[in-house]
Amino acid sequence: MTQQTEAAPGAKLSPAEGKNTAADLYRFKQSAINVNKWSKRLWSLVRAVLLIGMSFVILYPILLKVSTSFKTLEDLTNPTVMWIPERFSLENYKLAIDVMGYFSAIRNSFTLSAVTTILQTLSCAMAGYAFAKLPFRGINILFAGVILTILVPPQTILVPSYVNFKSFDLFGLFHLIFGDGINMLDTYWPFVLMAITGNALKSGLFIYIFRQFFRGISKEIEEAAFVDGAGVFKSFISIMLPNAIPAMVTVMLFAFVWQWNDTFFSSNFLPSMNTLTNATLGFPYKVNVMLGATNQVDPFYASMLVDTGLLLSILPLIVMYLFVQRYFVESIDRTGLVG
Amino acid sequence: MRSPKRTFQQRKALTGMLFLAPWAFGFIFFFLVPLVNSAVYSFNDLKASDNGYTLTFEGWSNYHQALYVDATFVRKLTTVVGEMVVNVPLIIIFSLFIAVLLNQKFLGRSLARAIFFLPVILASGVMLSINNAGYMQQIMDANLASNNPAGASVNGFLQSIELKNMMMDIGVNESIVNYLTGAVDRIYEIISQSGVQIIIFLAGLQSISPQLYEASRMEGATGYEAFWKITFPMVSPLILTNLVYTIIDSFLNNAVTQQIDTTAFKTLDFGLSSAMAWIYFAIVAVILAISTFVVSRKVFYHD
Repeated sequence: MTQQTEAAPGAKLSPAEGKNTAADLYRFKQSAINVNKWSKRLWSLVRAVLLIGMSFVILYPILLKVSTSFKTLEDLTNPTVMWIPERFSLENYKLAIDVMGYFSAIRNSFTLSAVTTILQTLSCAMAGYAFAKLPFRGINILFAGVILTILVPPQTILVPSYVNFKSFDLFGLFHLIFGDGINMLDTYWPFVLMAITGNALKSGLFIYIFRQFFRGISKEIEEAAFVDGAGVFKSFISIMLPNAIPAMVTVMLFAFVWQWNDTFFSSNFLPSMNTLTNATLGFPYKVNVMLGATNQVDPFYASMLVDTGLLLSILPLIVMYLFVQRYFVESIDRTGLVG
Repeated sequence: MRSPKRTFQQRKALTGMLFLAPWAFGFIFFFLVPLVNSAVYSFNDLKASDNGYTLTFEGWSNYHQALYVDATFVRKLTTVVGEMVVNVPLIIIFSLFIAVLLNQKFLGRSLARAIFFLPVILASGVMLSINNAGYMQQIMDANLASNNPAGASVNGFLQSIELKNMMMDIGVNESIVNYLTGAVDRIYEIISQSGVQIIIFLAGLQSISPQLYEASRMEGATGYEAFWKITFPMVSPLILTNLVYTIIDSFLNNAVTQQIDTTAFKTLDFGLSSAMAWIYFAIVAVILAISTFVVSRKVFYHD
């Protein structure tokens, strides 16, 4: 930034001196390079301070929770203990794992997220490909429908969906056969059905991402495949999908994370199943009850336990993130998310 | 004679319909039907019974109830909308700034990127809900009051009283000062909400061709000018995208949605809940329409 502005006075001077222009020019160049160098250094210092500061803001709550979770009650009230506990203890973890039913919760959450992620990625890839490359009359109206699913808040359709899944029916068919609809609450079916048809959590966004991506793939590739005798379906499977791996990685990551973190659908459609989000949501209440049964609830102790529980619930995600963040960061560049 | 090109087109159209069939099915059954039903419920009193439910038509009374009778709904709604109006510009500016920073080459860039994308993963779900639920807040407030280091919330250590006094001394307008210091106080909230936006901006910045910058440097543009004349116009379509995303995202999980949820499943007043949801949706739609209209007129498209 400063290279040109700083150089300006020097540039005015050098012709006025006249005589030893070459030496002047040399000096001027040197000083310009110096100024440039220094401004660059200053900028990288400012940048480093900014980035480190903000990284701290992001990491601070997590570090705080990590530190708190290893403390004992004495450490918590000990004013000399800031970050590193005096008596390192795993008591909190034991208690939290116990109260949350941690391992069954993880199993349930993982099954749910993995199944919906895979189904959702496939269905959204198909829909996105159709929207991008397989036009037919009226396809724009359908795409307007996709945009609508992005815009309408899920709360608007919550109650009818709940009623719908409580006694699920297609054209009154199940009522004819079984005399009643099927109660799908507390099963994975609502999620599976919504994922397989590409109408689950944030599916509209995923369809949009895939559409933008497939639009960026050149027409020649699919025409070449057609000339070589591949049908539309085959060219989708063997040419388009392998090409779309960056977009698929992105969508899978988002789908997994959002499903994992989702409290909205899972607390309503799985009211009594022990998923991780339900366990974490119910955790403060359970801690209160548990502590209240024995003595007066100590808010510090309760918050320590809740912190531990929260940490446990995001732990699998952090572990996953450590492994896949490379793809996460890099794949975005190639998804064509930008259009 | 049939030309192969035409059959190819036809086949493509047919496959397209086939590919979209599952989505269309789901769209009708899991989106459109519930949407229409929700509108119907909002005009009715829904009574759940053994075999399904009964509807009694009530006209606008649910809407009347939500807007004029319910004690908290309107207040929550205005708070949420107000917060959104304050936060969205900050989030967009902040995420653009961070994206520009993260796009430069420096030591430890991949680590910095990894940290800045962490909120995408962590801040979207459970943590937010628990904080919203008020339980933690209560405890944290108590802890703040007693100055306990272990429980001090994020808000506690980032206060900007000094900054505020300094700017007031310089003579900056009070409302601007309040806005800026408010932004500093809410820095955690803003950072944790801008993960996806940073990703989108970053992808956009990387798609700007380097020749543009090279040419401008040849012509003697400073970095500052290059930002406003090249970077900013080139990412302006993404500002629109991010604006829409941020608005939708900020409306996804907040006090209003929680009230809609509890009205439906705790008080079991499905009609009232649907009416609230529709009022909410209408307001979201109006805000989206206005903001996209205003911004899209300024957006520059390269091609």
